[in-house]
Amino acid sequence: MNRTLDIIFHNTTRFFALSVLVVLGALFFVLFNEAKPAIDAFGLEFLTNSKWAPNMEIFGGYPAIYGSIVSTIIAMAIATPIAIGIAIFLSELAPPWLAYIVGMAIELLAAIPSIIYGMWGLFYLAPLLRDIWGGNGLGLATAGIVLSIMILPFMAAITRDAMKTTPAILKESAYGMGATRWEVLKDVVIPYVKSGIIGSIILALGRAIGETMAVTFVMGNAHKIPDSIFKPATSIPVTLANEFTEADTDLYYSSLFYLALILLVISFTVIAIAKFWFLRNLQEQKV
Amino acid sequence: MTLQERRILLNKVIMILSTTAALLGIIFLFWIIAVLFYKGFTALNLNIFVHDMAPPGREPSGLRNALVGQLILVLGASAIGVPIGVLAGTYLSEYGGKKSRLARLIRDISDIMMSTPSIVIGAFIYAILVAPMGHFRGWAGIAALVVMMIPIVLRTTDDMLQLVPGSLREAAIALGAPKYKMIIQVVYRGAKTGMLTGILLSIARIAGETAPLLFTSFSNNFYSTDLNNPIASLTVTMYNYATSPYEDWIDQGWAAALILALFVLGANIIGRIIIRKRKGEH
Amino acid sequence: MATICEVTHEHIIEVENFSFYYAGVDTPNLKNINMPIGKGAVTALIGPSGCGKTTLLRCFNRMHDLYPGNRYEGKILLEGHNILDKNEDLIKLRTKIGMIFQKPTPFPMSIYDNVAYGLRLQGIKSKSELDGRVEKALKDEALWKEVGDRLKSPGTALSGGQQQRLCIARAVAVEPEVLLFDEPTSALDPISTQAIEELITKLKEKVTIIIVTHNMQQAARVSDYTAFMYLGDLIELGVTEELFITPKEEMTEQYITGKFG
Repeated sequence: MNRTLDIIFHNTTRFFALSVLVVLGALFFVLFNEAKPAIDAFGLEFLTNSKWAPNMEIFGGYPAIYGSIVSTIIAMAIATPIAIGIAIFLSELAPPWLAYIVGMAIELLAAIPSIIYGMWGLFYLAPLLRDIWGGNGLGLATAGIVLSIMILPFMAAITRDAMKTTPAILKESAYGMGATRWEVLKDVVIPYVKSGIIGSIILALGRAIGETMAVTFVMGNAHKIPDSIFKPATSIPVTLANEFTEADTDLYYSSLFYLALILLVISFTVIAIAKFWFLRNLQEQKV
Repeated sequence: MTLQERRILLNKVIMILSTTAALLGIIFLFWIIAVLFYKGFTALNLNIFVHDMAPPGREPSGLRNALVGQLILVLGASAIGVPIGVLAGTYLSEYGGKKSRLARLIRDISDIMMSTPSIVIGAFIYAILVAPMGHFRGWAGIAALVVMMIPIVLRTTDDMLQLVPGSLREAAIALGAPKYKMIIQVVYRGAKTGMLTGILLSIARIAGETAPLLFTSFSNNFYSTDLNNPIASLTVTMYNYATSPYEDWIDQGWAAALILALFVLGANIIGRIIIRKRKGEH
Repeated sequence: MATICEVTHEHIIEVENFSFYYAGVDTPNLKNINMPIGKGAVTALIGPSGCGKTTLLRCFNRMHDLYPGNRYEGKILLEGHNILDKNEDLIKLRTKIGMIFQKPTPFPMSIYDNVAYGLRLQGIKSKSELDGRVEKALKDEALWKEVGDRLKSPGTALSGGQQQRLCIARAVAVEPEVLLFDEPTSALDPISTQAIEELITKLKEKVTIIIVTHNMQQAARVSDYTAFMYLGDLIELGVTEELFITPKEEMTEQYITGKFG
């Protein structure tokens, strides 16, 4: 009796554990399958063709890919230095009580649903940028800023946690040689936690590139390569969110899946690199 | 200027820069929170909870159907996702162990799945559950949330179970308990608070998702609890309302945002308190 | 009152009516300590754990300033100059007074860069001068033979004993006046420990050494003077042989004969 139950329990848990692999396999298979007509029709040219004209049955993914990449680059360029600044502030400068409160606030902010960042971007940031830059205030720059603020808490929290893993004795040892705070950071702390910081940056990048709700309001929805980052554009998630329910032809529908597949491949690669290259090294260091 | 003065100056400059960066980031984040609370509380009233969504300009209007729909979706996804995630995590920790290659592969894949763009998961579920049936349905939304939830629950369960000391397992086995009983009665009990916290946080996490619901459960202007039809949710309503040109809808969108944020933050704070308390006990 | 022997060496440091308070604690962790440190001698601080020996050691280079709220009272005079002064230049102080820790602390950089670190902080850029001084420091620490051919490999790749000697080389390279050793061999095997002890004996020709150790035999082997501390008080400072053979204070005797600790 017990033996039978044991075998049943063992196999049930294994079945569900394996289901994770099945789901991932199915995810790739289904997206590929649905994208197949578009892949057959456009091939790899889809990646470089910037014409997206549903009424003419011409679909090129370049504007969306371009928008995803550029808005992510803008977000990373803004968020990385600020996140590292916050991490330095929290781990080295702030008095403990302040570091505790701000650190806690930042961790909670990381949990706020991304759509709320998007609403703030639409109703507060976009009008502000419209006054500064002209135009309608929507575009890659706006999306990049909203994204940067969305990933900021996450990045700052992980970077701070990584910095905290530097043994106190190692830092003291550098201070003991007469190094300044900055020199200790630059020569000891940052090299010591380098892979953790890079890992967190790439992980944040993975989040940013696949983010939908924070940017869909502020991208401006223009299916072309904008001549300036202050002009409306699009990205893969934004295109999916806006057009999925409108796709009225098979090729249109399939092209959207082609975009989804590209996004999946990009984010899978980025996250795999972060996890297995940089963060794994970090874990092994700790052991 | 001597070399040492230069070093001290550089140090000061960098420290001022990082404090400024921290201030800048914090100001922006608090700006968002301030807006959320101000707009949300201004728009929040009893009607929101007792009336259903109404066309713009029509009174009384509320978000009752969206709240109920959200609750059904999140609870439904949790009812399915939590047991699956816990059992799968149990396999990794208790049968796979640290070394097993299969267990490591599943861990790695779960880590990646956790960061997979949620809109891609929405598209995936659309292709297998919506397109073949020809219409949006609540079940599809639940399925999308379940796919997002399993890896999160799996990883926390795995981590928490591994914290249970091996001697406890050995003690149970030495008393003649079969393995499944040892796991259920001893290991689960030992890891209870950690698992509960992890589950709570994973529920909070999926509750804030919009993208996977956009073309699965879609939206519904009317009160409905039928999971075979489109069902309203707070998040999709926020999306629809925020992009509408109507003042009263936008305001209600903020009210929905506040309710959602309070739920998510509440869950996170409770989770933190549980963890703190447990740390205090030891 | 503590029993203080006559320190026949020239006094490089004078501790005068010195007390130390950790942040948020009203009672002093070190209570009104008075003691001289002999120049070119090795002074060992011993006592049961929690007696304040490491706390005292970390006062000499103001390491406690890294954590807010810690407070000093009284004076520590380094060649007549009070290093506890609010306006004391800590960067300069720490280049004059170096420190070696319980565990080896190689920085995450190459062996060469580790040794050159302090020199570069002082603004030495010339490659030939750096090369020369790195080589000399490594030779002095008897490390050159072992690592001279792989200066570019990371400092963390060395064995524990080698890492600790690397840290000593790094500290010695900037030619400090005083070196503080905080239980430098507590993480090492007996053979590495012996190597470090030999180094300490050799080093005192050039530099004053203060060493905290939990190992009385070590104190007896390497030091000229030994200070016994208990619960934040300095109980006795004596010439090492005398203190271990004929302690003046009853408590010292009880400790060195193993009655407590």
